[in-house]
Amino acid sequence: MTEVPLWSLAVLPAVLGAATIVAIAFDVALSARAGGRAASLTEVVVVPLREAVRLLVGQRRVTTAADRVLWRTGVVTVPVIALLAALVLPLGGVAVADLGVGVVWFNAMEILAWAAVWMAGWGPNSVLSLVGGYRFVAQGLAYELPHMFALISAATAAGTLRVGGIVEAQSGVWFVVWMPVAFVVYLLSAVAMAFRGPFDAPTGRDLAGGAVEELSGVDRLVFQGGRWLLLVVAVAMSVPLFLGGGHGPLLPPWLWTVLKTAAVLAAVLWLRRKFPTVRMDRFAEIAWVVLIPLTILQALAVGVLVLTW
Amino acid sequence: MLSAVPAWVFGALALVSGALVFRLDSMAKVTFALLASFLFVAGEVLLLGLGYLGVVLVLMMVMEMVIMVVFMIMYMMNPAGLMPMAMFHNTRGSAAIAGGIFIALTVGIFLVDWPARAGRPPADSTLALGESLMGGQMLTMMTLGLALFATIVASVVLATHRGRYDRFGDDLRADHPDDPIPGGVGR
Repeated sequence: MTEVPLWSLAVLPAVLGAATIVAIAFDVALSARAGGRAASLTEVVVVPLREAVRLLVGQRRVTTAADRVLWRTGVVTVPVIALLAALVLPLGGVAVADLGVGVVWFNAMEILAWAAVWMAGWGPNSVLSLVGGYRFVAQGLAYELPHMFALISAATAAGTLRVGGIVEAQSGVWFVVWMPVAFVVYLLSAVAMAFRGPFDAPTGRDLAGGAVEELSGVDRLVFQGGRWLLLVVAVAMSVPLFLGGGHGPLLPPWLWTVLKTAAVLAAVLWLRRKFPTVRMDRFAEIAWVVLIPLTILQALAVGVLVLTW
Repeated sequence: MLSAVPAWVFGALALVSGALVFRLDSMAKVTFALLASFLFVAGEVLLLGLGYLGVVLVLMMVMEMVIMVVFMIMYMMNPAGLMPMAMFHNTRGSAAIAGGIFIALTVGIFLVDWPARAGRPPADSTLALGESLMGGQMLTMMTLGLALFATIVASVVLATHRGRYDRFGDDLRADHPDDPIPGGVGR
């Protein structure tokens, strides 16, 4: 790992922001396609931009007896934790901060989403919004343990908690080859973490938007943008953890990282339209009865392989 | 001694947010003030060079406090949840106890004849921690883990009003359990 200059701290949000905009544009194109027509390039660019501008000039909704402190804190926390989690994200062997405990740092930052979404749901003093916040806590309890076992599998195989070290350990065989369960569970939980479909019950239409119901104007822009950012960061992390990071023939490492991230992100965005929203109670039981045993077995298999091989 | 500045700042902020726990009037704000206090303590641990412990502290405390806020609001707020409440019970007594303990601990810090440092900090504190937990302290951790797990199972058993006879019928022969919430595995 090379020493990283301080200006990379300013570059990171720009790169991630660009990646997020591309992801949103791709999602707009997929939406148009689902509606039975091809989206033009201008539409793909203009629709998200227009929505952003509309939200920027939009007025803030005021609710009775709102808990403003927690509400605003919750909203701002979402993009902030996405950026903090991305500090350990390597782009072709260079991360802003390749911490010795990178995997745990990543996990700790993304778990702050629990607090953020709950606070955003609690803040406006509105029933549907509050239900949305509680739903996310329930969803968090379901996805978090399988998610942790998936992270543990990758860290165990590499023998380090440093994300750079995990990438180095995959110079031969990618981890996805011998821990496919951990990879799939990781992607599931990454989507659940950003509460994107099919795990979008916390902001479901049956709740008129749930946790985002009362958000308007710039608050909504920050929260929804942060949510997209969180999805991009969480999905991008699957590349250094399971897909060999920057490893690949011919092309430079940073390009491989970008290509792999784009491929996984596109697959996730495409797949999420294929499934209906999963209810909390269902997902909780599936997570605890099926996913946790599966990921424990995966971690066990990885542990045995590491010790014997 | 550049790290002395954030150490004092984190310490002061941890105390302030700890005090806010008793000044704020909403259980939600109180819980997150307590979380903020823990996060500042985690900052202190990080400043000590204990990366793993500090980050794990953040991880655990966020999970814990988000679950706690659910229960605290359930038990301690009026149903609407947003009406003011107070954290005080036995106001004078608890203030005296808390103040007394704080003074005793602070005085202790200055009066104890602290030993000089023997040995050096390990190159990798995470590795050292892991070796200690999985080596010398293995028995402690296993006992702790078992005790915690037994507590969880016992409290769930005590709390639930439904047993296997409610779920599978008097002769335990029902194919599908009769649960109020069906779950997703389709049993």
